[in-house]
Amino acid sequence: MEQTIQFKLNNHPVSVTADGDRMLLWVLRADLGLTGTKYGCGESQCGACTVIVNKEAVRSCQMQLKDVAGKEVITIEGLEAGRNLHPLQKAFVQHGAFQCGFCTSGMILNAYSLLLKNARPTRAQVTEGMSGNLCRCGTHSRILDAIQTAAAEMKGGRGL
Amino acid sequence: MTHDEIKNLPAEETSYAGALGRRDFLKLLGPGLYVFFSIEDSFLLSQEGGGGRGYPADFNAYLRIGEDGRVSCFTGKIEMGQGIIASLAQMLAEELEVSYNSVSVTLGDTKLCPWDGGTNGSRSIKYFGPALRAAGAEAREVLLQMAADEIKVPRDRLVVKDGIVSDSANPAKKISYGALAKGKTIEKHIEKKPALKPPSAFTVCGKSLPRADAAEKVTGKAKYAGDIRLPGMLYGRVLRPPAHGAKLKSVDVSAAKAVKDARVLQDGDFVAVVHPLPDLAEKALSLIKAEFVLPEAKVDETTIHQHLMSLPPRETVIENKGELSKGIEQASLKFEETYFTPYVAHAPMETHTAVAQVEGDSATLWIGTQRPFGAQDEIAKLLGLASNKVRVITPYVGGGYGGKSQIGQAVQAARLSRMTGSPVQVFYTREEEFFYDTFMPAAIVKISSGLTPTHQIVFWDFQVMFAGERSSQNFYDVPHLRTVSRGAFSAGGSSPHPFGTGAWRGPGSNTNIFARESHIDVMASKAGMDPLEFRLKNLTDKRMIRVLQAAAGKFGWKPAKAPSKRGFGIVCFDYLGTYVAAMAEIKVDKNSGKIQVLRVVHAQDMGPVINPEGARMQIEGGITMGLGYCLSEEIHFKGGEIKDLSFSDYKITQFSWAPRIETVLIDNLDIPPSGGGEPPIVGMGALMANALFDATGVRLNRLPLTPERIKAKM
Repeated sequence: MEQTIQFKLNNHPVSVTADGDRMLLWVLRADLGLTGTKYGCGESQCGACTVIVNKEAVRSCQMQLKDVAGKEVITIEGLEAGRNLHPLQKAFVQHGAFQCGFCTSGMILNAYSLLLKNARPTRAQVTEGMSGNLCRCGTHSRILDAIQTAAAEMKGGRGL
Repeated sequence: MTHDEIKNLPAEETSYAGALGRRDFLKLLGPGLYVFFSIEDSFLLSQEGGGGRGYPADFNAYLRIGEDGRVSCFTGKIEMGQGIIASLAQMLAEELEVSYNSVSVTLGDTKLCPWDGGTNGSRSIKYFGPALRAAGAEAREVLLQMAADEIKVPRDRLVVKDGIVSDSANPAKKISYGALAKGKTIEKHIEKKPALKPPSAFTVCGKSLPRADAAEKVTGKAKYAGDIRLPGMLYGRVLRPPAHGAKLKSVDVSAAKAVKDARVLQDGDFVAVVHPLPDLAEKALSLIKAEFVLPEAKVDETTIHQHLMSLPPRETVIENKGELSKGIEQASLKFEETYFTPYVAHAPMETHTAVAQVEGDSATLWIGTQRPFGAQDEIAKLLGLASNKVRVITPYVGGGYGGKSQIGQAVQAARLSRMTGSPVQVFYTREEEFFYDTFMPAAIVKISSGLTPTHQIVFWDFQVMFAGERSSQNFYDVPHLRTVSRGAFSAGGSSPHPFGTGAWRGPGSNTNIFARESHIDVMASKAGMDPLEFRLKNLTDKRMIRVLQAAAGKFGWKPAKAPSKRGFGIVCFDYLGTYVAAMAEIKVDKNSGKIQVLRVVHAQDMGPVINPEGARMQIEGGITMGLGYCLSEEIHFKGGEIKDLSFSDYKITQFSWAPRIETVLIDNLDIPPSGGGEPPIVGMGALMANALFDATGVRLNRLPLTPERIKAKM
């Protein structure tokens, strides 16, 4: 059913008129033109479509538009502060924690939510926290390194 | 496409940039300095093409120097994560004598870039690199001659650095490349081609310079085919049969048509839905009711190898040396083993995606492809257009691994664009990605071998079936040997497989090296020798010995007969001229049979290293990705029906599997730069199987080494 849904997207209020049952992923990519959020499987199994909704990492392929009404959504496009890369983005660049780059948005946002919950995670906690995200190029170790570097840089959560 | 195939293409298919003439290029690009060179100019290309003979004379690569001094580098290669966006720019900057940061690389656009056979086989640095370097060297020389005239200084007094030419006797007298190129269109060849720099003189190559795609990829700005948006663009979804070979019997599209704004299109068995929104196209497609007639399923993953072995052999002799019968007579210990590998999916994170805009007698497509020029020809044929009327643009590719040489999604998009008159995007769902994949083929290797009483390999009889010949060649010292290959990895029209197969990162080699290097350990163990000492005893190839010793030094290898219970594995091989030795330490959970890889040391000699950090990323990536096909990946199927259609059925490498990886890059300046993208993955099967044997005494000749298979033998 077509309805008008209002929410905050990357710190700006947005209003979308669409079928509220549609998945957020497609509204972001097709209706709003925010293509940084990727489709990988459509079944919550790869994490490529991860976005932040009210500070929680969610798989946007499984979240209906109507469920973000009144909430705060952050996508990869909203992570930079002005022209500065977020510490996580900087650390991914520094560690070469990407190859094809297709899983990268989801990796960074999943890590973002991980650090929101635990600003100083151990390697094992980062590994566990990232377990739902897939990468085919095999950059896993570098992603773990990057997240730990970013956590150290943020000194307990600054910049989140 | 193999080199023989490239060589044999008709001339009109191989002219650069979709048969655009040289003048057309100049018109298209506007003012600037262009340097053209033909492939024969490059001495290294002869290594691949047999003296360059058979390559089209007009296979030109080129570069452009803008008025602002910025350098554009054009390549028909594509960027799918392997990092050539950095290493190719480095190679050009090196010879041209410009700063690395002044070079931008345009990849995979058939209108702008020189023809290329495809990004595969770890060939970009090895074969395109020398051509690009030659272009850079020639451009530099042309510019120096122009500068000599312009600032009235003898040529031999000029020096150039970072794109500024100056008088060595009076450095204040100088002129930039940008100023020299300004407003001019110059087409000029140099009679005597300047020599390429020796690797020992490299100043830009050999450095870990940053990749130009990094900032775009961490900010979500990097564009992939699915991120292309055109006015009026529709999303297309095509009805998929439940099994390969199934025939459509009946179809009811009425419910799909009732979806607002959906259009259903039919052309025989081709049934599709287009919609302005991708999810609603999917929804409409799901409302189509279709019945199919399924072919009889004759094979599944448990019977496929027997089936393949029962087929009449078409044998190609790869090598033949000495007399096997003599070797068999001289052997005191004999071995006979058969090794099996399953169908393996490419499973890139970006599913196959394309956007097609067919307008009258021309078409433009954005395709996530490893073969833009192959795609151009394929789409042109489909649409009945000349190749030069089809432009293929390759945005960033979200992983390929061989699988994105196929462009079924672009064919669908082109058909739908023609049928609707609108631009159409097609991206495969994850299910379709698995279903339409061209898997690494199931394959078999049979090896018979023998040792003398002093543990020298005296005969070696290696038969590979359906994997292809790559890396089947022996490199140990063996007086009597035979290597034969039956059936190629990509079987084409008369395929013995129930679905498509094709190149998978290191085609053939994953299977051949798994078999050979497992077998070497089988012999070493029976001989009571440490597997490293056994290899060194049977090797005289100095590069192989060096790479083994480099790995052993870094690993801290202490000799012991396997199984030593330490869980140490070893492998060495030659992948198309790149030499690798790797060692691993694993532990095996006795209750579950699960392998955990603790550590991998990987030493690689691929000649001079262009970008060490990029090389390490490829090595770590290959090892980590490779754990998947070694430990869990295997396609289950029943005839043409693929059972594994999601990441819950088909498990690829997880974060918790990632081992500590240490790399040793042997910067071998004695040979030209070679490939590095595929070598890291192809030894993983034997590395894991040998470590498993060392840990537990369990020898598995079948990949993947699943917990169930391990437990069953423990």
